[in-house]
Amino acid sequence: MQITVTVNGTSYTRDVEPRLLLVHFLRDELRLTGTHWGCDTSNCGVCVVWLDGAPAKSCTVLAAMADGHEVRTVEGLGDAAGLDPIQQAFSDKHGLQCGFCTPGMMMTCRALLDRDPDPSEATIREAISGQICRCTGYENIVRSVKAAAAAGQEVKA
Amino acid sequence: MTGTISDTGVSAETPMGYGSMRRKEDARFIRGKGHYLDDIALPGMLHGAILRSPYAHAKILSVDTSAAEAHPKVKAVITGETLAGLGLAWMPTLSHDVQAVLATDKVRFQGQEVAFVVAEDRYAARDAVGLIEVEYEALEPVVDATTALDPGAPVIRDDLEGRTDNHIFDWEAGDAAATDAIFEQADLVSSCEMVYPRSHPAPMETCGSIASLDAVTGKLTVYTTTQAPHAHRTVYALVAGLPEHKIQIIAPDIGGGFGNKVGIYPGYVCAVVGSIVTGAPVKWVEDRSENLMSTSFARDYHMQGEIAASKEGKILAVRVKVLADHGAFNGTAQPSKMPAGLFHVFSGSYPMAAAHCSVTGVYTNKCPGGVAYACSFRITEAVYLIERLVDVLARDNGWDPATLRMDNLLRPEQFPYTTPLGWEYDSGNYPKTFRTALDIAGYDALRAEQKERRARGELMGIGISFFTEAVGAGPRKHMDILGLGMADGAELRIHPTGKAVLRLSCMSQGQGHETTFAQIAAEELGISPDDIEVVQGDTDQTPFGLGTYASRSTPVSGAATAIVARKVRERARIVASAMLEVSPDDLEWAKGSFHVKGDPLASKSLAEIAMAAHSSLELPEGIEGHLDATCVYNPPNMTYPCGAYICVVDVDGGTGQVKVRRFIAVDDCGVRINPMIVEGQVHGGLADGIGMALMEGIAFDSDGNHLGASFMDYLLPTAVECPSWELGETVTPSPHHPIGAKGVGESATVGSPPAVVNAVLDAIGVRHADMPLTPAHVWRAMQGRPLRVDLAIGD
Repeated sequence: MQITVTVNGTSYTRDVEPRLLLVHFLRDELRLTGTHWGCDTSNCGVCVVWLDGAPAKSCTVLAAMADGHEVRTVEGLGDAAGLDPIQQAFSDKHGLQCGFCTPGMMMTCRALLDRDPDPSEATIREAISGQICRCTGYENIVRSVKAAAAAGQEVKA
Repeated sequence: MTGTISDTGVSAETPMGYGSMRRKEDARFIRGKGHYLDDIALPGMLHGAILRSPYAHAKILSVDTSAAEAHPKVKAVITGETLAGLGLAWMPTLSHDVQAVLATDKVRFQGQEVAFVVAEDRYAARDAVGLIEVEYEALEPVVDATTALDPGAPVIRDDLEGRTDNHIFDWEAGDAAATDAIFEQADLVSSCEMVYPRSHPAPMETCGSIASLDAVTGKLTVYTTTQAPHAHRTVYALVAGLPEHKIQIIAPDIGGGFGNKVGIYPGYVCAVVGSIVTGAPVKWVEDRSENLMSTSFARDYHMQGEIAASKEGKILAVRVKVLADHGAFNGTAQPSKMPAGLFHVFSGSYPMAAAHCSVTGVYTNKCPGGVAYACSFRITEAVYLIERLVDVLARDNGWDPATLRMDNLLRPEQFPYTTPLGWEYDSGNYPKTFRTALDIAGYDALRAEQKERRARGELMGIGISFFTEAVGAGPRKHMDILGLGMADGAELRIHPTGKAVLRLSCMSQGQGHETTFAQIAAEELGISPDDIEVVQGDTDQTPFGLGTYASRSTPVSGAATAIVARKVRERARIVASAMLEVSPDDLEWAKGSFHVKGDPLASKSLAEIAMAAHSSLELPEGIEGHLDATCVYNPPNMTYPCGAYICVVDVDGGTGQVKVRRFIAVDDCGVRINPMIVEGQVHGGLADGIGMALMEGIAFDSDGNHLGASFMDYLLPTAVECPSWELGETVTPSPHHPIGAKGVGESATVGSPPAVVNAVLDAIGVRHADMPLTPAHVWRAMQGRPLRVDLAIGD
């Protein structure tokens, strides 16, 4: 079947199998490999992308369901001018180690900060509780989100 | 947010050396530009998928691949029979056993590899797997390790000639007679039976491989998720009979390893055979269930421990009998003379007159493995044993567990200390480390709070663990894997313009080697770590060495890096002496340059020296041009990091739910090269401890069904289960390591589980209950009716 999906602002039209998962569409068809695959059961969250502005686990979405919709991936986080504050904060605060969960984590955290620019620690932990990181013990991810929030507040001030 | 001085934050003011610089590797990871195994797409690449056994133990009567072969997108179907024709149906394990690549006679665990399909895409490969018909005759499985040696138990390994039981090995360490004599005389003896249940490292990236055989050159290139690329190359050469110089192993970015990516799995071998058969590159990546069911599990130690003490509270001796469940093939990755790994560090952090262990390994109808999951070759089990026994001893005698530990810890003046089991601990200040943790925790205030809460009927617990790790395997005379000594190489070359490339045999899985090892070389050379490129993971580009696991990279490759940089520096001294026309002895090193003693202006920077070394400058007789060096580091001893951990929990008495309120971790890993990275390593290991103690566990039902085969069943801690870690440090350098560093990657995974368990048991007032302390297990333990954690068999 033919689908048209807008990914990071660019429209892509492809013929795909109806059963193709969105994560495989992004990775294998569009070669946007920043989005990862980790579990098949929607537990780990390394596949999180934005679907129409909200985080979604792309291993549990068919590419066909994204037909006519907008997807944003880690490749669309920063721009030519530089990094998104959440990307900078993950590096500054050592919010990543192996980097495998990082794109999904950053997409969720960016969405969190967009709706709550100054989240509490409990709010941050709740927001990322659908995602697993095996390296960081989450502490520095929480610190990264706080740092990105502070950077956002500075920009506004 | 742009305009930082560099991606790593290194500035002109702080050009070199140790410290919490940002990681060099982050630049690609935060942009989604990491390059992991499954990101690789080679031209014409095909995809493999494995058919696995639904049974734990069954005879294979027939395998019909005709429907799969007829699938329009299928290029090859490989069975055990195919492999037998090539002599590849069985492969050697890292413990001198053999393992079936694809089963021919029987399947011996649920999830075992039976057939391999190669197809044009990953979906078609999976479809075709479903078209293969296998006729099985189910056999009685051996699920319970404690009955595996019973007379009449089904013999799992009837492929081994003359095999009549499920016994693998008996092994012991320590002086049994001396230990028994102390136990006979001791005032006090406490004993405890405990199971360290089977768990799985479960990195976020599963295991996989792409094999590509060039039919013209005969060169086999294998891209693979390996923590030990050079060891893999040698094993492939031994397994497949391929010439080693025609094999190139490339480890791309690795999405976490934790020991899961040390071994060679049947899927890797199948990908190689798939490439040979089809003439195209073949990718195989396991799914999550395959990862949890068929690649290296961890632990599965059934321990009967005893501790002897005087009535004044002096620990005198420890002894333990272990039943080790190794699964269907003995595939543990550990030094070959040590079938229980380094378990015999179990005398822990306390001097004692004698200790003894006996370990019996058995086959069961479960997945092979044994030492994975950040455990430093079974030190996790050893630390759990001693730290549980000390708590049981304290409880049995009404002593405070902190006081008992403090009174028994090794004193600084006792180092170097040789344990009754033969380990020579290099350095430590254990009382200081422990005191630091007690102070951060506010231990006395916590006990007072606990008393108040108990009076109100609330269940609050405080748990302590003091661990000694032994990392940096290892001295060649004691340790090898498959006959390969555990030394590691380093090669350092300074380019003409003064920039450098450092080539290492170890392989990062997220630990930050590109940064840490650049920092070590930078400190020695006096140049910026940003100017040093670290190359790892490609066997054609790096020196031989055994890789990254068991927290060995900093102790071994870190030492190699410092030494190779010092060699380069001494070469630079000779070149500088020719440039300045003085004797090398008249030169002084000033971090980045040599100058004439007493004349700082007569100076040559490393960059100037490097250019001169590549120029027409006349060098002293016998000195070659260019500026580079190589080194192989054979560690004289292990390094022995330690740590004091304190966990505070609240337990809901109605549901058994445990909430970890606080976790204090004070680590001493010697000199810290990048403190930010060290803390990150500790954070991750502490989460592992929460997971193992409270959530993670793989049980089997009576048919041998694996009950933790997805992340819906095998529960890993999230941000909600983890508290905000409270870290502290003491620094006692290793006296034998060139820069005084010790390993730290696994300290927290090793040290934290007993702190959590001790806290939960303290809260509920129960002497012992096994991990994982899920709400159901806690609640049952509180009723005095604990469940077995390794078997899902009703009471």
